[in-house]
Amino acid sequence: MEPITIYKGRAAALDRKNVDTDQIIPKQFLKRIERSGFGEFLFYNWRFDETGKKRPDFELNQPHNQNTSILIAGENFGCGSSREHAPWSLKDYGFDIIIAPSYADIFKSNCMKNGMVPIALTQTEVNYLMERVSAPDYELTIDLPNQTLKDGQGFETSFEIHPYWKEMLVKGWDEISITLQYDKEISAYESQKKAVSSI
Amino acid sequence: MGKSIIEKIWDRHIVNEEENKPDLIYIDLQYIHEVTSPQAFEGLRLKGRKVRRPDRTFATMDHNVPTVNRYFIEDDIARKQLEALEQNCKEFGIRLADLDSPDQGIVHVIGPELGLTQPGMTIVCGDSHTSTHGAFGSIAFGIGTSEVEHVLATQTLWQTKPKTLKLEVNGKLGHGVMAKDVILYVISKFGVDFGTGHIIEYCGEVFRDMSMEERMTVCNMSIEGGARAGLVAPDETTFSYLKGRKYLPKGEEFEQCVQDWKSLSSDEDAVYDQEIILDGSLISPMVSWGTNPGMASGVDGKVPTLAEDIMDPKELNRAIEYMGLEEGMPITEIPVQHVFIGSCTNSRIEDLRQAAGMIDGQTVQKGVRAMVVPGSQSVKRQAEDEGLDEIFKSAGFEWRESGCSMCLSMNPDVVPAGEHCASTSNRNFEGRQGAGARTHLVSPAMAAAAAIHGKFVDIRNLKRTEQVQ
Ligand code: SF4
Repeated sequence: MEPITIYKGRAAALDRKNVDTDQIIPKQFLKRIERSGFGEFLFYNWRFDETGKKRPDFELNQPHNQNTSILIAGENFGCGSSREHAPWSLKDYGFDIIIAPSYADIFKSNCMKNGMVPIALTQTEVNYLMERVSAPDYELTIDLPNQTLKDGQGFETSFEIHPYWKEMLVKGWDEISITLQYDKEISAYESQKKAVSSI
Repeated sequence: MGKSIIEKIWDRHIVNEEENKPDLIYIDLQYIHEVTSPQAFEGLRLKGRKVRRPDRTFATMDHNVPTVNRYFIEDDIARKQLEALEQNCKEFGIRLADLDSPDQGIVHVIGPELGLTQPGMTIVCGDSHTSTHGAFGSIAFGIGTSEVEHVLATQTLWQTKPKTLKLEVNGKLGHGVMAKDVILYVISKFGVDFGTGHIIEYCGEVFRDMSMEERMTVCNMSIEGGARAGLVAPDETTFSYLKGRKYLPKGEEFEQCVQDWKSLSSDEDAVYDQEIILDGSLISPMVSWGTNPGMASGVDGKVPTLAEDIMDPKELNRAIEYMGLEEGMPITEIPVQHVFIGSCTNSRIEDLRQAAGMIDGQTVQKGVRAMVVPGSQSVKRQAEDEGLDEIFKSAGFEWRESGCSMCLSMNPDVVPAGEHCASTSNRNFEGRQGAGARTHLVSPAMAAAAAIHGKFVDIRNLKRTEQVQ
């Protein structure tokens, strides 16, 4: 995983609540057996009409949202199915950072496993950013080690992230190799009485 | 201070506890299916890693298997996924209920059926409806593919201790009101994210009175309320369901398990992070009218209006437009062209009995396409033994092989754009059952009644016949 420390980028606003993973990546694109190449299917049914033409009124198709790498959305983003294809498609499309008032649990953890940062801000802060992001020179800077977000025009806020996940993201670690160092503890757990016998 | 069953199970599974780290918890059992596992196995291969405990891993094929002509998979990519699963299971020594297996079916139907799911366990699967298995008093939750890989390699997960939510429903349910209605009612009242960050314990008379099938329906939809997991403490209903199932010990050894499981209940003075208390007698048969499971109303209700100001007007407008409805329209005026009885929420034997009980010699309304997709081969066999298949077929329902089918329509079963489907599944998201498809979530009995009448009807006013073995 690529380490993330200071991140700068332009943002796109998707002012919708409860965006579910079926919308982020519809099921007809879940059949691939690779992790890559899902970006072209992101928000497929919202981005394209039945004939495959781009819908001009969909947020991400609008000119000011091109070349953005931060997505700002409404509350409970990523609810529904556990499909990790959702963060894979967001990342492959170009979004590394998501900002929303809240996230569904599984989606949030899936993001972090893929080197993406799901940042939770208050609804008021999210509204503030959504109103401004379409300006061409509007850029956000995220400082992950210090847990701050700035817009270079006077707006600055901080966000929460569990220290464990922060370290993973900042160092770009592979979680499994960390856990494998606990092999002794895992074996000890398996050999004790309170463990459920195998099935 | 006492502990809840949630904390008791959690504490039993801690492998490592350190400051500033989530707990490293042991996973007793992982279920695998074809859609969310290929990239996990690929990850293992790339790093030369093994599956730590193939004996704690069980695989099935369900999401994109066809439910007619099951060996003829037209879709090349879907077939590749099934082949990849077979290959991966062989390579890593994992048991697989493939298309030839008498045990094949939807992962959340076969796990309990085979006795793999047991009280007190931690269970995961790359599927959000893993919460179903909580019905047995286990902590069961859905994970992403990276976590699937993590569990394959280490049999553990790093997890922050979840918050606890006690959801108590007291009283007796009215005639014609089922488990599906209870959970849809809860979600419609508290929203699709009330459970985020929590594990729910379902308590109270209503859940105590439920069969295992009904508890599974409730726990299944915990995720639709945002909770990763939901559970019911095990009791005699649980133990008698489990007795004699394939993967459980028999005789004396089973009785010892029961003794241990009996200790799995919340202490009287247990403290929860949140508590909700409801009266079950107030619940009507439910129908979802919108594009998430929280947008649901009693069948005797109406589609909300903007003036009622119960939700974000933008969201309400979008949902009504997508669903082709009007503000204030009575639910019973919504036309139904498709009926799907199936999915991990409602495809077990009892669900099929309840649906069949509504038929009573009547036939499916002209212009309605109705299908029944049993959750597993075993459910299918039992239903056929009981003659339910004949009741469905002679009423004009299609009788299918087991699989996920029209729940997410990854296989060829799709609802055409603009048409309404009364579905016993769990998600009414835009496009879930096909691009432009309009899904209404209901109980199996409500779905069967909708098939006969071509619209939603209040089954409390209809005659039902008991379908018992
Ligand atoms: S039946 Fe539907 S919700 Fe259940 S596992 Fe299959 S696709 Fe998922």
